[in-house]
Amino acid sequence: MIDVLNLILVAMVLGLAIWAIAARDAFAATVGFLVYGLLLALVWVSLRAIDVALTEVAIGAGLTGALLIGAASRLRKVQASGDERPAVLTRVLGGLLAAAVTVALAACVLWLPDPPPTLGAVVAANMGATGVGNPITGVLMAFRALDTLLEATVLLFAVIGVWSLSPDRFWGGRAGPAHRSDPDGILAWLGRVLPPIGIVIAIYILWVGADEPGGKFQGATILAAMWTLVIMAGLADVPPASRRVLRLGLVLGPAVFIALGFVGVALAGAFLAWPAGLEKALIVVVEIALMPSLAVTLGLLLAGTLQRPSR
Amino acid sequence: MDATTLFGLCAAVLVGLGLYGLVVNPQPLRKLIAFNIIGNGIFMICAVIARRGAAAGFGGDPVPQALLITAIVVAFAASALAVATLLRLHEETGSTSIAPEAPADAGRGSGGH
Amino acid sequence: MPAHTADMTTPGGLLLVLAVLVPVLGLLAGLVVGGRQARSVVLLTIALGLAIALAVAREVLFRSNPLAYVLGGWAPPLGIILQADGLSAAMMLAAAVVVAGIAVYAGGNFGTARGEPESRRSLSFWLLLLAVWGGLNLVFVTRDLFTGYVALEMLTFAAVPLVCLDGSGETIRAALRYLLFALLGSMLYLLGVFLLYGTYGTVDMALLAARAGPGLTTMAAIALLTLGLLAKTALFPLHLWLPPAHSGAPPAASAILSGLVVKGSWFLVVRVWLDVFPGVVPVSAAQLLAACGAAAILAGNVVALRQQRLKLLVAYSTVAQIGYLFVMFPLAAGLAGLGLDAAPARSAGLLQAMSHALAKAAMFMAAGLIYKSVGHDRIAELAGCARAMPLTVLTFALAGIALMGLPPSGAYVAKKLFFDAAAASGQEWLEFVLNAGAFLTASYTILVLAHALRPVGGRLLLKAPPSRAGELSALVLALASLLLGFVATGMIPHASLSGAFTLAGLAAALVVLAVGAVVAAALGLQLPPVAGGSALAGLLGPLRRLTVAAGVLVVRVDGGLRHWPVASITLLVLVLGFAAAIVNGH
Repeated sequence: MIDVLNLILVAMVLGLAIWAIAARDAFAATVGFLVYGLLLALVWVSLRAIDVALTEVAIGAGLTGALLIGAASRLRKVQASGDERPAVLTRVLGGLLAAAVTVALAACVLWLPDPPPTLGAVVAANMGATGVGNPITGVLMAFRALDTLLEATVLLFAVIGVWSLSPDRFWGGRAGPAHRSDPDGILAWLGRVLPPIGIVIAIYILWVGADEPGGKFQGATILAAMWTLVIMAGLADVPPASRRVLRLGLVLGPAVFIALGFVGVALAGAFLAWPAGLEKALIVVVEIALMPSLAVTLGLLLAGTLQRPSR
Repeated sequence: MDATTLFGLCAAVLVGLGLYGLVVNPQPLRKLIAFNIIGNGIFMICAVIARRGAAAGFGGDPVPQALLITAIVVAFAASALAVATLLRLHEETGSTSIAPEAPADAGRGSGGH
Repeated sequence: MPAHTADMTTPGGLLLVLAVLVPVLGLLAGLVVGGRQARSVVLLTIALGLAIALAVAREVLFRSNPLAYVLGGWAPPLGIILQADGLSAAMMLAAAVVVAGIAVYAGGNFGTARGEPESRRSLSFWLLLLAVWGGLNLVFVTRDLFTGYVALEMLTFAAVPLVCLDGSGETIRAALRYLLFALLGSMLYLLGVFLLYGTYGTVDMALLAARAGPGLTTMAAIALLTLGLLAKTALFPLHLWLPPAHSGAPPAASAILSGLVVKGSWFLVVRVWLDVFPGVVPVSAAQLLAACGAAAILAGNVVALRQQRLKLLVAYSTVAQIGYLFVMFPLAAGLAGLGLDAAPARSAGLLQAMSHALAKAAMFMAAGLIYKSVGHDRIAELAGCARAMPLTVLTFALAGIALMGLPPSGAYVAKKLFFDAAAASGQEWLEFVLNAGAFLTASYTILVLAHALRPVGGRLLLKAPPSRAGELSALVLALASLLLGFVATGMIPHASLSGAFTLAGLAAALVVLAVGAVVAAALGLQLPPVAGGSALAGLLGPLRRLTVAAGVLVVRVDGGLRHWPVASITLLVLVLGFAAAIVNGH
């Protein structure tokens, strides 16, 4: 039976998605997208994917939303004037084709096999060998640890890519615009009060992630948000891209991950295999090394290209 | 029809909406929003697949859920790179249009010397 | 660790892990070290990576021991396996050679002098080169479709910034267009992967191959995977991003993009069509793929011939060459459908890809040297070039010969295998396309050479002489492509290859060149005012007016297809078209 609440949720998600696509004003569309992202988290909860819901709130809605809002406000004037209207034929054809794809996809969803295939039982049977209690952490850090390692690497590639777009004169300088705010203002107050709380929450989320929903990505996002808040409040500045410490911070997580992966070759017979008895300890070490690296990486991706000289 | 199927259909519509936006919206920022909506639809299909695979006391199959977390993070990195590129394009050219430049010789049909 | 999985890992399997991670580690170290030393770190990494690729090739190609490695000891469906068959090993080796060649070539352009501060272009270039390489090696060795997605994103995130290393508005626009279209491709691919998991409970290629049957969801998934990959490969008519991106990048970056990056997504198409779903994709759908390929060969080459700028010409030549890479699919499907061995079609596709990777990198490198030394790349104003920089022009010519598929190039052997497979499977129309492609490739190579060989009064004044290391590295890659055929005939046992290099082959080569010259005179944009060109054009007279009109039409069509709405609508039409073709085939 369809829950009425779920029906309302779907209607609101679709309504906001239509708004985000069709609104005239780009800024309004972006705000619509932001609200939509938060509502999606309820969908993941309803689908019993709590870890995904946390990730979606933190990264899908939070960071992506902040990124798009920032871009929309920078481009506000352009959007209003430079809007080239698409041809009617384009809209009709695009609409028809998108509808056709939707119908085909809906058919695929309805025709998914019954009983559905699942690895749930296999995961459950092998969780003991991972040392952790959260099955998703087990998949991310043991069964498919390579994906997680490469994902951290992909984020680093993106930072290098974003930096490489910077104007030459700012190379080695600081990412993002300079922020100055009233030292007694609300932002500065938040920038002093929230980070300690945020850091505690991030460490907690990382720690429980081994056995409960949570983990390094969600924790790292909170850290990145706290960092961004401190920067926006003008309490501290982004370190210059030439600073060795910053670069070490970026590579720390992936480097530790790879190094411990090779420990597995020596002690457990395979790359990324965790030696018996040390599974949980090593997984937590990797996560502790990854979290600050991911936080710096995400924060820098949010800040964007290098826009200021180092002093 | 149960809730899982409802969300599956919702996902299909999200993909379609995003595709439409990506085709017709000329502004790259709007294309990027559309790209994210397509992404959400696809992620939702994955979450539906995970939910259908609930077994062994898990509310959903953890393998697709883990894939999903990886995909969400990668999609964020993609958006970040795209936004940085877009803002730089605006900075350099004062415009955000990605229309192709005039073809190299479209006007000079006869060629020769 | 489950014990039963240990035996799936082969001796030497760890090499595959190293092939992916050594470039990544080099990148991490290079970023921390920074400045002048970053390049030394990268060069050291490349030497190491080349050794790994050679070691893998020795095991897989010469000793015929495929490699496999079970990561973490967790076998699929739970875990991930890396594997290297002949296809992986050969592509890894070709990629390593091209990367090494590009690194030597780029030393002059992206070096940092002693005492100079770290520069954006230089550090970004070296790190992104390693990033592309790591992603590419992962594509070649993964047996997991989702890891393939991560690998594709590694490639995209590294390739897009390479496009706009010069930082001009025009190149940033090209990069953004590339990125947005590639991201659309990623999403379609990812959707395909998820649908397969929902149907079969695995994303491991071998397990999928064992379980797959024709079903609606499977067919939709194949169409989505394919089109996602085609958008990233820029197969015509989805090539909107390629010409400006590949022609606007610095030459060393263009060589990476054109020689290597597009091969990554193509490689996954090969895996999906020939390894995972060979029994599910019907010949008719494969022919649709080849139809796109044929259109790419014809249109790409014609538009190349109508370019004023050398780098755009080379970029359009890539549009055409990508088409060649898709001829293998209907041939493999056709052979398999008749119960014949599909291996020759597969070998031919592989040879074509390797040959193109080497030759196209060399050609972009030569074009870059010309641009830098002469100060522009306007084809009509290249007179005196051959005398001023003979080695570079020779390299361009050799790369052109390799692309045309004249003996003894790898593409020549590939073409022989293709012809044989086309005859055996009753798809002779592909022979016509391949021949037309060779004539057209010959025509623009000849056109460029005719300009470059023209004498000028006195000696052409170069802005700077081309760097010797740059010239030699480009020459080595062109020669490698040209001599690949010799190596290949020794390794591929096939009747049609006995006596491949005879006088008849030479005669055929002369025919290609002669027809190419006529085509250049009939269709070329700016003919050199020398005896050959103008006399031939005069002779052709009214025919030239007709052919030029046709050429202009093709250029117009190409210009239309490169608009975003047209390209994205085409993409959706093709998604539905492929799905329909696959469903219809059953």
